[in-house]
Amino acid sequence: MAQERVAKVPSGGPGRRMAMGAGGPKIENPGKVFARIMGYVMKNYAVQYGIVLACIVGSVLANVQGTMFLKTLIDDYIKPMLTQSVPDFTPLLQAMGHVAGFYLIGILCSFTQMRIMVYVTQGTMKNLRDDLFAHMSKLPIKYFDTHTHGDIMSVYTNDVDTLRQMISQSIPQMFNSVITVVSVLVSMLMLNVPLTILTLIMVAVMLFVTKNVVGKSGKYFKVQQEALGKINGFIEERMEGQKVVKVFCHEEKSIEEFCKLNEALFDSSYNANKFANLMGPINAQIGNLSYVIVACAGSVLAVNGFGGFTLGGLVSFLTFNKSFNMPINQVSQQLNSIVMALAGGKRVFDLLDEEVEADQGYVMLVNAKRENGKLVESKERTGLWAWKHKHQADGSIDYVELKGDVVFDGVDFGYTDEKMVLHDIKMYANAGQKIAFVGSTGAGKTTITNLINRFYDIQDGKIRYDGINVNKIKKADLRRSLGMVLQDTHLFTATVRENIRFGKLDATDEEIVAAAKLANADGFIRQLPQGYDTVLTGDGANLSQGQRQLLAIARAAVADPPVLILDEATSSIDTRTEKIVQDGMDKLMKGRTTFVIAHRLSTVQNSDCIMVLEQGRIIERGTHEELLAEKGRYYQLYTGNAIAEG
Amino acid sequence: MVKKLLSQVKQYKTASLMTPVFMVLEVLMETLIPYLMASMIDKGIENGDLPYIFKIGGMMLVLAAIGLWAGIMGGKYGAKASTGFGKNLREAMYRNIQTFSFSNIDKFSTAGLVTRLTTDVTNIQNAYQMILRMCVRAPISLICAMGMAFFINARVASIYLVAVVLLAGCMALIMRFTMKYFTQVFEKYDELNASVQENVTAQRVVKAFVREDYEIDKFHKASGNIYKMFVKAEGIMAFVAPLMQFTVYSCILLISWVGAKMIVGSELTTGELTSLLSYCMNILMNLMMLSIVFVMITMSFASGRRICEVLDEEPGLKNPEEPLTEVKDGSIRFENVTFRYNVNSESPVLDHINLDIKAGETIGILGGTGSSKTSLVNLISRLYDVSEGAVYVGGVDVRKYDMETLRNEVSVVLQKNVLFSGTILENLRWGDENATEEDCKRVCRLACADEFIEQMPQKYNTYIEQGGSNVSGGQKQRLCIARALLKKPKILILDDSTSAVDTATDAKIRQAFATEIPGTTKLIIAQRISSIQDADRIIVLDSGRVDAVGTHEELLAGNMIYREVYEAQTGGSGDFDENGSAASDGRNGAKGGEA
Repeated sequence: MAQERVAKVPSGGPGRRMAMGAGGPKIENPGKVFARIMGYVMKNYAVQYGIVLACIVGSVLANVQGTMFLKTLIDDYIKPMLTQSVPDFTPLLQAMGHVAGFYLIGILCSFTQMRIMVYVTQGTMKNLRDDLFAHMSKLPIKYFDTHTHGDIMSVYTNDVDTLRQMISQSIPQMFNSVITVVSVLVSMLMLNVPLTILTLIMVAVMLFVTKNVVGKSGKYFKVQQEALGKINGFIEERMEGQKVVKVFCHEEKSIEEFCKLNEALFDSSYNANKFANLMGPINAQIGNLSYVIVACAGSVLAVNGFGGFTLGGLVSFLTFNKSFNMPINQVSQQLNSIVMALAGGKRVFDLLDEEVEADQGYVMLVNAKRENGKLVESKERTGLWAWKHKHQADGSIDYVELKGDVVFDGVDFGYTDEKMVLHDIKMYANAGQKIAFVGSTGAGKTTITNLINRFYDIQDGKIRYDGINVNKIKKADLRRSLGMVLQDTHLFTATVRENIRFGKLDATDEEIVAAAKLANADGFIRQLPQGYDTVLTGDGANLSQGQRQLLAIARAAVADPPVLILDEATSSIDTRTEKIVQDGMDKLMKGRTTFVIAHRLSTVQNSDCIMVLEQGRIIERGTHEELLAEKGRYYQLYTGNAIAEG
Repeated sequence: MVKKLLSQVKQYKTASLMTPVFMVLEVLMETLIPYLMASMIDKGIENGDLPYIFKIGGMMLVLAAIGLWAGIMGGKYGAKASTGFGKNLREAMYRNIQTFSFSNIDKFSTAGLVTRLTTDVTNIQNAYQMILRMCVRAPISLICAMGMAFFINARVASIYLVAVVLLAGCMALIMRFTMKYFTQVFEKYDELNASVQENVTAQRVVKAFVREDYEIDKFHKASGNIYKMFVKAEGIMAFVAPLMQFTVYSCILLISWVGAKMIVGSELTTGELTSLLSYCMNILMNLMMLSIVFVMITMSFASGRRICEVLDEEPGLKNPEEPLTEVKDGSIRFENVTFRYNVNSESPVLDHINLDIKAGETIGILGGTGSSKTSLVNLISRLYDVSEGAVYVGGVDVRKYDMETLRNEVSVVLQKNVLFSGTILENLRWGDENATEEDCKRVCRLACADEFIEQMPQKYNTYIEQGGSNVSGGQKQRLCIARALLKKPKILILDDSTSAVDTATDAKIRQAFATEIPGTTKLIIAQRISSIQDADRIIVLDSGRVDAVGTHEELLAGNMIYREVYEAQTGGSGDFDENGSAASDGRNGAKGGEA
């Protein structure tokens, strides 16, 4: 069986996590992932995203217009006025009106862009989360066996968040930067070609230095992540075992070990941050250097009047020079975060691409009633259930009464095809019988019950339910007919009442109380602060193990299924409580076929048949008395004479 | 709260102080450069004075170099100060957690403590770096640019002042609105993720009850709500950028107009106008930066508060003034003990308990769920303090002992026990650091753990994975017992510690206790009658009260609860606990816990 271990994911809101590390992970086919992400956004927001991009172009152009205006301001308006005896401000005023118009467009564009972007981003996030959740809910149990809970959670938190950043920030900013770079470049070329070349050389220098620094810091970030992983693991383990630490007075030693890890983390994160912090000043000063060089060279050109280059031209050019460096820096930064987002996107799509639980079943569970000795479908709940079997060959419809007959015929099963866990399982349970499974861990008890409800599909053999091959039954209907109390009780963050109602969504309050009474849970529920309306949190952390199981039993009771599967349901309830629960369970089991993975003698004793499993095979079967008489494994277990385990 | 956090800066004070100093230097250089630029244009280019141009250019390069140096140093100190601060915070929290009593630990959830030690510290560390670097840089840069602007021309510069004040006002307003929304939405977002987690864990339950669609519906509703809240909050944020642009553009236009007039009136030079315009951008960018920093800091407040909760938590139990460091013997006496976990709760968990246990006795404790068995034994090693009455060990009130002494003499094998990642030997030596391998083997024999250890490929050097995931439940319990035995305690408490061990082995362990450590007082909590029936005396607990005390025979004859339990377990040893049957695995040479 797969290990069920819940990794704790410290969840935080979006944007609260710092993107760490440079030189992101390698992914195959980034173009395809990118196209798919964009396709996902465009599916619902193509028009909006188009508008956003158009608005970006608008606001960038308006900005460039403004910068161009500064050139004309000095050369075309102020300079001529200086020579006039009575300065005429009208042309300047007109030009300014012109520019103000552009500015206004720019502001409108950026406002529109921002507002629409909110809907696009959040809408896409919502769709993505909904799709992820809906898809995940339909995945087979196998998926959850092979993926740690921490990994799955990380898709919802980290990966979706990186996508959010990419859609809402990286792409628009990248687009903005590219447009700015292009338009500024064109403007610079129009002003002066040699100076533009000079500027480009400085940009190359900047990119080169940046790349080296990023590489260095990326290396340290990797070390930092490792150190962080180590210390997080240590913290998790020690917090979990803090009470043990106390009992063994191990506090000092524990602090010592912690400090060692903490120091290592400090070293690496200091170095990583140090290099990351270098980026800003280095780029800024290379920018300044570029500015000075261009200023000097430009001055020489302007003073000599080379190629008609003017003072005003130089001033404008210098402004462009400054606004050229910034977007180039941004592009390199955004590229990094896009690479990270692609990795996240890939994981998101991997989940969405997982194949959902296949269901070719067509036999349905319906309410039925008897008319003239014949079974017919009924609209109302009658308490009588039937399988509606529409034969594929001729389209005729058969109704088979739901009794709870289960037959295993030569069933082989393995979680993977290579390794079989169950071999040639043959058994039958007549309606209303109680079948108990006993055997060691890993013998395959839980696995057998997981096959009845088709959590897993078998490799060979047949399982028949009321004579129908379970493969033909719709999974939802099959599972509806089976009540389960699982090994691990899972409760939801909701009131006690809602948790019980989980078994039957339209259960009335009376039914819920009745179920709770049956499970013997009513007593403790009433003692809770708000009784049935007490909100349970953290998987029912505020309840004892026994109480949680009582709730799980109540949940199964309210569902009122014809077949019950109890997986070690009573193992954590003390013997005395168990006895009372047992009475309730007996009432519940009456008339129902029950499969029980047994721990306790009292449970097995009154079973109709006991299956002793070992290494995936049924080695003994029979009633309590029969098996005792056999003096086999069951006898050993019963008398407690089994040899100590190794 | 801020003061509390800052007290952890400690040895990184210098770095914390140096960072702003270098930042200021860098900012000064950055402000001076446009000024030099202006005079280059005015005096150099206007007069065609190339030597002057180069002189100024050279000066600018020097300033740029100083700026670079200052920037690098600032970055370095900033990194050192913030990561060092983070380190100290983690350590301080960890140290304080180590002083926590059980009731302190109960108060914080494990996951909560982990988050505080990891994510929250990272948040604070980032915010601290931000404050040291940006919070100093932005205002200084703002003031410098403003100062320079005023120096060049006070009249024109006053336009900035008005713009800055107006913009700051608007920003503050926006922040106030959005912060409220964001705090709410992040809370909801965390809840949403929690519910995903819940569904991932409870996938089998959801499928077993065919509730996929129900859960999907529930999720859609929740995610729809979050969508609405995000749109509301970010919708307001969408005003920020256009507002900035509006201010910048207005300033440019106003300055161009006023500047042009002044140039014509010979009150301003063209070079000065250029400088003024470039300061304009500078000032407003810094304002923007400040607002971002402000948001980040506000967001880290929640983390700061959570960290302070841990730092502020006073350990619930303290060593007495003059602690006793010797426990005379293993006798235990409860005198009128009443105990509540919460001072305010009405019904006590333990109600007027009176018990007298002699040194060397073996005591069984039996009772239903919630009958306070665990609470009772936890008082003996003073994991909690009594609410009323007193617990005596070796004839002395447990509150008078040094806690370490007491806990070394009273060894508890907890119900919820854990092993740590490390070898078996390392785990065992938690009980006694200096134990030889022989000592370790001896206790393993006592706890019947030697057999399965010997069968492991690396024997006592086998590495136990985190959470002990590579040993079975029964093996884990036996290792925990061995670990506790290594302390050589005067009192040994087993809190349902053999529940996963098969009955035969259970009996063997008890047998070993009786013969090997007869002088040790043994308290055994168990669900199985067989685990306690040969004890000297058995205590039957019922909802916090002692229902009866006596031997197996006495109780069987005279106690209803005991008889009921006994009858339920007829046969006495019939227990089909999974590990009970795992016993057979050993015989077949297969390894138990490998499921």
